[in-house]
Amino acid sequence: MIAILLFMVCAALAVAGAVTLIWAKEPIHSALALVLVMVALAVLYLLLGAPFIAAVQIIVYAGAIMVLFVFVIMLLNAGVEERTNFSKLAIPGVVLAFVLLLEIAHWMFHSAIGRALANGANAPTTEASTYDLSEMLFKQYLFPFEATSILILIAVLGAWVLARREP
Amino acid sequence: MEFISQHPILVAAVVKIAVLLFIVMTALAYLTWLERKAIAHIQSRWGPYNVGAHGLLQPLADGIKFLFKEDVTPPAADKLAYLLAPFLALALGLSAIALIPFGPPSVRFPNGEQIFSVVDINIGLLLLFAITSMGVYGVALAGWSSNSKYPLLGGLRSSAQMISYEVSLTVSVVGVILLAGTLNFNEIIAGNGQPGQFGQTGHWFHFIPRWYIFPQIIGFLCYLTSAIAETNRVPFDLPEAETELVAGFHTEYSSFKFAMFFMAEYANMITVSCLATILFLGGWLSPFPDTGIWHYQIFLPSAGLLALAAYCAWNTVSEMRGIARLQLGVVTLLAGGGGLICLYRPIAEGVQGPFWFTTKILAILFFYIWMRATLPRFRYDQLMSFGWKLVLPVSLANLVITALVIILWPHLRHG
Repeated sequence: MIAILLFMVCAALAVAGAVTLIWAKEPIHSALALVLVMVALAVLYLLLGAPFIAAVQIIVYAGAIMVLFVFVIMLLNAGVEERTNFSKLAIPGVVLAFVLLLEIAHWMFHSAIGRALANGANAPTTEASTYDLSEMLFKQYLFPFEATSILILIAVLGAWVLARREP
Repeated sequence: MEFISQHPILVAAVVKIAVLLFIVMTALAYLTWLERKAIAHIQSRWGPYNVGAHGLLQPLADGIKFLFKEDVTPPAADKLAYLLAPFLALALGLSAIALIPFGPPSVRFPNGEQIFSVVDINIGLLLLFAITSMGVYGVALAGWSSNSKYPLLGGLRSSAQMISYEVSLTVSVVGVILLAGTLNFNEIIAGNGQPGQFGQTGHWFHFIPRWYIFPQIIGFLCYLTSAIAETNRVPFDLPEAETELVAGFHTEYSSFKFAMFFMAEYANMITVSCLATILFLGGWLSPFPDTGIWHYQIFLPSAGLLALAAYCAWNTVSEMRGIARLQLGVVTLLAGGGGLICLYRPIAEGVQGPFWFTTKILAILFFYIWMRATLPRFRYDQLMSFGWKLVLPVSLANLVITALVIILWPHLRHG
């Protein structure tokens, strides 16, 4: 009961945050709305039985990446966003989004996996422990993990090369 | 009623949160008193003295003053963010404390609920970092939303400082996590007192406690430095460098919103002290072995309270002002009564955990205050190069060396 209530509230908060993110004129308000989305998603992960992912979601996205966003917005002192009245591109966008929603609904109600999921067949019974996660990350998927870290290292080096003073 | 009987965990959690909130709020108020008093004595002054005996009612007077001051909102401020910032800062500061276990999990209510911790979760440490990592929003938003020069500069400075030092703060505790092999606070504390493989009883040479501070002394120093910087305290209090920035990010805040930032700062101090106690100083474990004459150490809380009562009684007699005499008398009765109750053995055993925990936290908080009274402020570029070029590499090296030692000599982990 409480879990369903929590899910409803957090899902609503996530959607509201996402809408506000696009709607808000002030860049900082958009950034704050995105933080709200991140935190609401973290609670949803928690409900799915993944507390580690939930905590990491908050630490990485809300606590690190979005802080940098806010910091940069403050540093550049970005003003209120300018807005045009209407864009013709919005019409196909809305149609496509509607089609996508229909597809998801169809998949959920008319496929075997979707029905099983809706009936709670794959509902988590236990919490995934930190130990299990690191077992997978550092043994089973070691190569993709290391490849990703090299990618990040390249990005860091790139930032350093761009930012350093010309000799 | 049915809801209450169906959800005992929820009800217990709410009650414990309410009690903890009351205790923490009182502790925050008296921490300001302690700070003013300690700094005053270090500088050969008296500090607050006139509101109540030894200024004991000063926090109350300050609180009332904050409540009744005019609440000014700058007309050019961004209303939403301006309002949100102090609430965010205080809420995050207080909710982090809810994760701390103040006593051993073996002390329980009759229905099996732990008395001294609100929650006991497996990723406690991670969740604590998740909450504290959001703390920078309060500062950044306050600086930006005031729409004024000094707060903006102060907010920028302190966001940069908090982001920089958060990295070394997190890295410096990983050594302890490697040694303990868990993220659960209670298990980390239990690991602090683990008996060695040669039959020692949780102590080296029977008197040095096996806390992680000894194998992780470099991590501890890095943690302490980053923690002071993270909470914006002297010597790293650049966000509120008065001579340059008036009051930094909270220049435009007045009345209770200012008080909320103030309380958030002290709540963060308490949180990082709790974390240092848990990770490096053995949490609620006693520093003494449980052999020979040390069996009587369970009466230490009682002895401390009775000594306080005796001191207050002596002051009551020598005090000249009537009201102050009354207050001292009340404190004497409270301390004396508490001391007598703690002589009763089951209660004495129950309060052991919180007693040692509080003692260690107070020691670290006193260190904080001591630093504030002693050290001058860093320059901004010094602060940044100190963080990135000294504390971070050292804590990274500590992490690598700890990991190497654990891999090469696994028996040292608990030995």
